[in-house]
Order: sequence, then structure tokens, then C-alpha cells
Amino acid sequence: MRLRFFGRLRDAIGGELLVDVPPEVSDSEQLRLWLGRRHPALLDPSIKIALDDRILVAPQRIAGAREIAFLPPVSGG
Amino acid sequence: MIALAPGPIDPAALLADFTRAAGGAGAIVSFSGLVRTEGGVTELWLDHHERLTLAAVETLAATARERFTLIDVAIVHRVGPVAAGEPILFVAAAAAHRRAAFEAVDFAMDQLKTAVPLWKCERRGPDQTWVEARAQDHADAGRWGANG
Repeated sequence: MRLRFFGRLRDAIGGELLVDVPPEVSDSEQLRLWLGRRHPALLDPSIKIALDDRILVAPQRIAGAREIAFLPPVSGG
Repeated sequence: MIALAPGPIDPAALLADFTRAAGGAGAIVSFSGLVRTEGGVTELWLDHHERLTLAAVETLAATARERFTLIDVAIVHRVGPVAAGEPILFVAAAAAHRRAAFEAVDFAMDQLKTAVPLWKCERRGPDQTWVEARAQDHADAGRWGANG
């Protein structure tokens, strides 16, 4: 599964990871907690998750996802 | 024009094009944001997601167009490295009357600072700091209501 990281997460983790997700990690929140054991920056509740270009408002199943992006608080303009 | 620009932008030229195309407008308001040179910042780096960010800017433009009954709206935001002193974005709104055009640009700026997936990194020589929207930015964005 292709994982992407933006903003400060890019510095902390890298821009992209390709990972084999274990079967017990089935939704986006479980994925965050699983990855957070190695990358605690992901445990910050202000980080949003986008699954295949849709920003999630609630945990969603990740089976079949092409890309999961982790988005810290924004700062454009 | 709605775009993410990987290279330099020319706000004067963008405004000239926008004005030419905005037939029937009684008012055009534009905003150009520049990278401040204070604090030793030598460069900003704008991180973005090529699809999510563009989609969010397009949605913002459509929302502003409808909410303020605009004739046209333009948002051009730099991505990638932007040197201190350079333009980082251009926003313009064309409307029948001035208040709608002023408010639309103000609204778009508040949303760009707090709701569009863009991440600003300040570089000072070899050092870099990721920026997050300030409390004031969120307070400003809140003026427009919960739905933005």
C-alpha cells in the first residue's frame, strides 16, 4: 500500500512509504495507530487522512486503497 | 483561472488577463501575497498534494463564485520553492458591485490559509521550520460560518 506524508510529516517520516499492512489493520484509524508505533508524529489527533483523494471524516476500510495520505494542519496563503 | 504554479507568477499580467475576460463586471478586487523578507527567511517551500490541493482550490473558487454571485474568480497559488520577496499567490474576484468582490477575496484568503491542503515551510539558509495556520487565521476563517 502506498502511503504519503505531507508538511512536517514529510520531514519526520519521508514523502512516501510502500508498506505491507497486516490483515488485522483494516481501517484508517487502525492504520494510523499501527504506523504510529514506529512514527509517533502520526498519533497527533490534528492529522487528517485522505483515502484515494478523499479526506476522511470518520474511519474507513482501507482494503483496495491505492493511496493513503496523512495531512497535518495546513498553512497556505 | 484556477491553478497551482510551480514557477514564478506575474500578478500584474494575471490581473490584466482577468480584467479583459471579466465582461460585464462593475468591480474587480485582486490580492497579491508576497513572501515576507522579515525574520531572515530566504525561501518558502510550499508542499502540496497534486490532486487534493487543486481540487480544494477549485471547490473554494466555486463556493466563492456562488456565495458572492461573482462573474469570475481567479486563484493562482505557487507550489514548491518561492524566494523571499516573490509573489506566492494571486486572488481576484469580479462582481457587479464592489462589496461582493472585496468580500469574496477576503473569504478566499481566509480559506486558503486554513482549509486548503498546502503546507508552508520557512527556510533560513540551512534551517527550516514548518508553519501552521495561526489562531488569528482560524478566527478570521470562522467569520464566514461553520461551512466556510
